[in-house]
Amino acid sequence: MMADIGELSIRNAGKIYDPEGIHLVALEDVSLEIKASEFCVVVGPSGCGKTTLLNAIAGFDQLTGGEILMDGKLLASPGKKLLPGPDRMVVFQHGALFPWKTVMWNVTCGPLKQGSMNLHTATEKARELLVRVGLHGIEDNFPEGLSGGQKRRVEIIRALMNDPKVLLLDEPFRALDALTKSVVQEHLLELFDFSPKTIFFITHDLEEAIFLADRVAVMTTRPGMIKKIVAVDIPRPRDYRVLTSNRFLELKAELGEAIHEEAKKAFEAGERELA
Amino acid sequence: MTAAFSVRMQWLLRNPRIYQGMLGIGCFFLAWYLLVDMFGVWRFREMPKLVVGIKEWLNPDPVFGMSLFTAEYYMHIWASIYRVLIAFLVATLSGITLGIMMGWKRIFFGLTFPILEVLRPIPILAWIPLAIILMPGRELPIIALTFLAAFFVTILNTLLGVQAIDKVYFRAAESLGFSQLQTLWHVIIPGALPYIFVGLQIAMGACWFSLVAAEILSGNAGLGYKVWETYYYVQFPTMVSTMATLGFFGYISSALVRMAGNRLMRWREEMLAGI
Repeated sequence: MMADIGELSIRNAGKIYDPEGIHLVALEDVSLEIKASEFCVVVGPSGCGKTTLLNAIAGFDQLTGGEILMDGKLLASPGKKLLPGPDRMVVFQHGALFPWKTVMWNVTCGPLKQGSMNLHTATEKARELLVRVGLHGIEDNFPEGLSGGQKRRVEIIRALMNDPKVLLLDEPFRALDALTKSVVQEHLLELFDFSPKTIFFITHDLEEAIFLADRVAVMTTRPGMIKKIVAVDIPRPRDYRVLTSNRFLELKAELGEAIHEEAKKAFEAGERELA
Repeated sequence: MTAAFSVRMQWLLRNPRIYQGMLGIGCFFLAWYLLVDMFGVWRFREMPKLVVGIKEWLNPDPVFGMSLFTAEYYMHIWASIYRVLIAFLVATLSGITLGIMMGWKRIFFGLTFPILEVLRPIPILAWIPLAIILMPGRELPIIALTFLAAFFVTILNTLLGVQAIDKVYFRAAESLGFSQLQTLWHVIIPGALPYIFVGLQIAMGACWFSLVAAEILSGNAGLGYKVWETYYYVQFPTMVSTMATLGFFGYISSALVRMAGNRLMRWREEMLAGI
């Protein structure tokens, strides 16, 4: 029983992009153990390979070194066939709700297509979860008519409907304004407290990372490596008041230094590439 | 249904585009009247007068034998509409099927794209002799020629439509556990619809102009045939009213395609251009 709960084990993961001999090292020797039901946030400057790592876990992209295991089963290694699936649901950076389907269709399609729920059960469960994040009466709308914050919540619900072992979020709140962002973050935490899942969350926003995470992993700029891992010992449930607590500010200072170094390196590397 | 219809009519009547359109058409006929009937401007005086054309068109006992009140008029209209309808339906079904297959399966694309690109630029007029040799009777060659241009336009636009679908939707479908057929039905086809309908509008236009070319060269009925016959027998007022009839049905048919498109794509906030 304990073996099937979404433990992620990333071991020496490496990824080299080599189109026409450019030999770009995106990930180098990344090792990270994520416990079951742990909220793990990876922070790093743009282009540090965060998304590459997430894509490897999701089964969208192959590794060129190392391996990734979930509950002891091999998910990814060099040469292994890609296997995306509903046990690792992804919430995409720019959103991927099917615009030609209603909210209800989007949210229920996973379990319905997999045959794991009937229409009635799926609809009931979807309603319940949508209400939990403050969305009701939008079931028959198309995504184009929703606000950014609503879309993100719908997409998170769509992922959760599949009861995944791991939830992968790729800078999901990047495009939101600060106010909307804080509301949606609280909703995500509420869902997490209600039914904890292993979460792998990517962001470049340090405050967001600390606010959400059990552990924050800082990644270096290219080649992407884990630079530092810090446990966030702020008790849950958390709300926005955490953002001004002393412990939060201490953690922010501690992590901020590490990130700033990397951001500077990334910036300088960018300047070099442009020069 | 009737309620929805009356709502739509009210919307149409409140829409300034209706009046702008009528004003534009009115200006066109006014210019015709001024240039031809009134002042007989150089070269324009060779054209049939607007008033004469309209009078002949509305004459229960027409000088040249065809008007709104003669059976011959409707015979020609029906002959043309019938050909366009069959050609357009066949082109739509086969063109969308082929285009989707090409966008969906690489091998199918590899096999078919080059040959289609060789056939596509051959002008419809160049196909006429071959169509007459290949097809039995008078009717089939004309329908085949009407079909051809629309067919290529539909394939190409459908293919572009599939290729333009954001890859993130395919990844989402994979994660959600869609089968290949479910992806085809719920992602590829609806995702390609906007391009498909742009293609279908162009295809409808292509049908009409290929039809007229084919009728002129090998027909014994139809609006295109009638334009040529009236020219041959120097019945210019009837020639011009037949041309206007072609334009009218061309407009109606494109509007019907747009209506069907907007109905199938209610998820889009943007409507297809036009009324």
